[in-house]
Formats: sequence, structure tokens, C-alpha cells
Amino acid sequence: MWKWLHPYAKTEKSYQLCQTLLPWFSVFGLFTLIVATVWGLAFAPADYQQSDAFRIIYIHVPSAILSKMLYSSMAIAAFIGLVWQVKTAFMAMIALAPIGAMVTFVSLITGAVWGKPMWGTWWEWDARLTSQLILLFLFFGVMSLYKSFDDQQQAGKAAGVMAIVGVINLPIIHYSVEWWNTLHQGATILKMDKPSMPPEMLWPLLLAIVSWALVSGAIFLLRLQNEIIRREIKRPWVLAMVSQVQDVNTGDNNSPKPEQAQ
Amino acid sequence: MTPLWALFKRDLTLAFHQRAELIQPLIFFMLVVSLFPLGVGPNPATLQMIGPGVIWVAAILSSLMGLERLFRDDFQDGSLEQLLLSGSALPLVALVKVTTHWLTSILPLLILSPLLALFLHLNEAMYWALLATLILGTPLLSLLGAIAVALTVGLNRGGVLLALLLVPIFIPLLIFATSAVDAAALSLPYNAQLAIIGAMLLFALALAPFATAYALRVSQN
Repeated sequence: MWKWLHPYAKTEKSYQLCQTLLPWFSVFGLFTLIVATVWGLAFAPADYQQSDAFRIIYIHVPSAILSKMLYSSMAIAAFIGLVWQVKTAFMAMIALAPIGAMVTFVSLITGAVWGKPMWGTWWEWDARLTSQLILLFLFFGVMSLYKSFDDQQQAGKAAGVMAIVGVINLPIIHYSVEWWNTLHQGATILKMDKPSMPPEMLWPLLLAIVSWALVSGAIFLLRLQNEIIRREIKRPWVLAMVSQVQDVNTGDNNSPKPEQAQ
Repeated sequence: MTPLWALFKRDLTLAFHQRAELIQPLIFFMLVVSLFPLGVGPNPATLQMIGPGVIWVAAILSSLMGLERLFRDDFQDGSLEQLLLSGSALPLVALVKVTTHWLTSILPLLILSPLLALFLHLNEAMYWALLATLILGTPLLSLLGAIAVALTVGLNRGGVLLALLLVPIFIPLLIFATSAVDAAALSLPYNAQLAIIGAMLLFALALAPFATAYALRVSQN
């Protein structure tokens, strides 16, 4: 049943998959990002209470949602790597980490900018802000643990353990901090009955979330490709690809062809 | 059980041979706590308010100082490799290590805590709550800390990395522990907080030894 998945444990196959998916993710991602941002920032109706200041929601909410999603994906990749010993999964994990950290950082910054006019302060030790800050530290922890090893196989496993420990802790951190102090407004979109947001505001927001996911996906694919190339630089298929690119760049067809050895 | 018991005795003996390493985290603990009255002023009301938090933060920091000892020496002299090859269940070995570490580096902090409670003007109810949270919570520090130490033991620069890995994970413990003491200060019941800390401890007790064992295997390659 899962047989179709197996080839992707090989880096070459994964690289090709990234290559195929990348244009789709980048084109759709960029397109939806532009549409959602322009729609949200310029055309959506202003809030009756927060007026135009609420528009930062079109950056803040997607980044906050993406930060959690990226951490979970990172932990899932780590889990796959640890359980089934898939090398590509660790590469995916470490390709995801900096994107997640960046998105978390964006959500913190936009939260601060939004907090200033609404709560009258840049930073408040509020539950969601704090747990977001902790999430940023968890990302940094995984990244710096990975960087401290020389052997990348070992680094992947170690950082993977840490990512999983973090993901088990994430709900505990979330609820403990929530219990500790709350000022942040409650959930707006994911309410069971009816979203407490008019559709003219909601649609660009949903589109913005999708576009952020697509753009993060595109960056992830690029980073995964780089990671694969960096690790597999000695493999024949990488060498073949590199020399092909060189041929195209120099327009020189006389350079020796790469060996087709496996 | 005999090899594990032997390991337990060996670790205790080794710890008592290195008295300086045993005492340094204690002194650090006292130093950190005594910095706060100097920093925020000696007003008893203020100190009483920040006291539980200060003692807990100091306990976390000094446990971070002592944690590296958990596997470092064994890793350097090769006895860790022997333990891996010995055929005893590695999670149990990790559990024994954590127990001896708690007994030698954390228990002294608990014994010292009445003095520090006195320094920070905690009243009696607050002190009992603090002690209860320390007894329930500090094993959690050792258990979770062991995972990170096992991961970083092969690296030369462990210290700051260890803090970066562990401090975010310790935050829930800090929150529940200080909120228990705050509740005690208002003479409210704090069973709920203790129950949550206990739950976290049991959860970690069930899973952390396995994670530690795996991490040791990764480090030893």
C-alpha cells in the first residue's frame, strides 16, 4: 500500500519530486500571496472598533498558524527519520527549522506592532505571546543542536530527538502559559458555530493563510534541494547534474561528459 | 538487578569523591538567590512576593550547572560505552543515573531551601508548598535534563547549548510550582498544581529514560 512512498527515501527521487513541485508552489504561492495581501490590506472593510489597525491580521494570523504547523511538520519529519531511518526525513526536518523560526519571529513582531495601538504596549507577558516566544526558542534549540555536530547523520538524530521532546511539551507549555496569564483575544476563525468575522474580512484571511503555507512550502522545497545537494555532493547523479549546469552556462559542449556509473 | 545496584553504589561513591563538584552548584544556588535582595532591594514584602519564583529559577539554573556531570565523566573515560555493551537495559541504566544525580546534586538544594526561604521572608505555609513543589518537581529537572545531556555529551561545548535546549522545556514546571506557592500564600488549596506537577513527573518517568537511552546510543554512535 505504501510502496509508492519508498523510492522517496532515496535522495535523488526526492530531489526530482522537489524539482517538479517547486514551480507549482512558487507560482501559486506568490499569486495568492499578492492577491490576499492586497485584498486584505486595501479592500477588506475596516473593523468598527480597531479601524485600519486590524489589517495586520492578514500577516499576523497566517504567520502564527504557520509557526505551529511548521513545528509539527518538523517533528513529524524527525519521527519518520528516527523510526524508519529515512535519511531524507532528517534533511526535511532541518530544512523546515529555519523557516519555522522565521515565521514565528514574524508573528511575534507583528503581534508587538498590533499590541501597541490595541493594548497600549509593545510587549505583554500574555499567554499566546509567551508560548510563541518559547516556540521560537524551541526552534533555535533544534537548529543549534543540529549545528553543533560534525557528523550530519548523528546531528539529524540528535536534533530529531529534541524536536520530538519539544512537540510533546508544546501542548503542556501552551496550556500552562494560558492558565498563567491571558490577555490575547480568543480564536476568531476556528469557532464551531459561526466565525465571528464577516465574510469580506474572512476570505482574504483564509487566502492569506493558504498563500503563506504555499510560500513556506516553496521555500522548504528549495532548502531541501540545497540540503540534498550539500550532503550528496559526491554522488554520481549530483556530479552529473552539476556538470550539465556548467555546460549550459559556458555554452561549451566539449567538456568531458560525466560518468554514468552508479 | 545486581549490576544496576552496583552502578548505583559506584555513582554515589564517585560523586562523594568529587566534593568540589558536589558543592559548587549549592554555592551557585545560594549566590543566585542572594543576588535578588541586592538587586530589587531588601523590602520584605517584595522579597516575599518574588521569593518562590527566585528560588525556583535558582534551582533550575544550578541544576543546569550540575547536569553535565550526569554522563560526561563516563563518556570521557569510556565506561559509558561499557554500560551500553553490558547488556543491562539501557533505560534502566539511565534511570539509575538520574536517581544518583538527583540524590547527589538536587537533594542538597532541598536541604538548603529552608535557609533560603528565611532569606526571602517566605512564611511557613509558603515554605511547605515550596518544599512540596521542589520534591515533586526537581526529579523532573533531572529526568528531562538527562535527555539533553545525553544528546550533547559528545560535544565539547555543552553548557550554553544545554541551557538553550532545556530552559524552554522547564517553563511549565516553573509556572505550576510558583503558582502553587502563590496559592499557599493566600492560604488557598494548591492540590491542583501539585497534581499537575505529579502528572508531568509520572509522564516523564515513563518516557524520558527511553529517550535518554536512545540519545546515548546516538552520542556514542
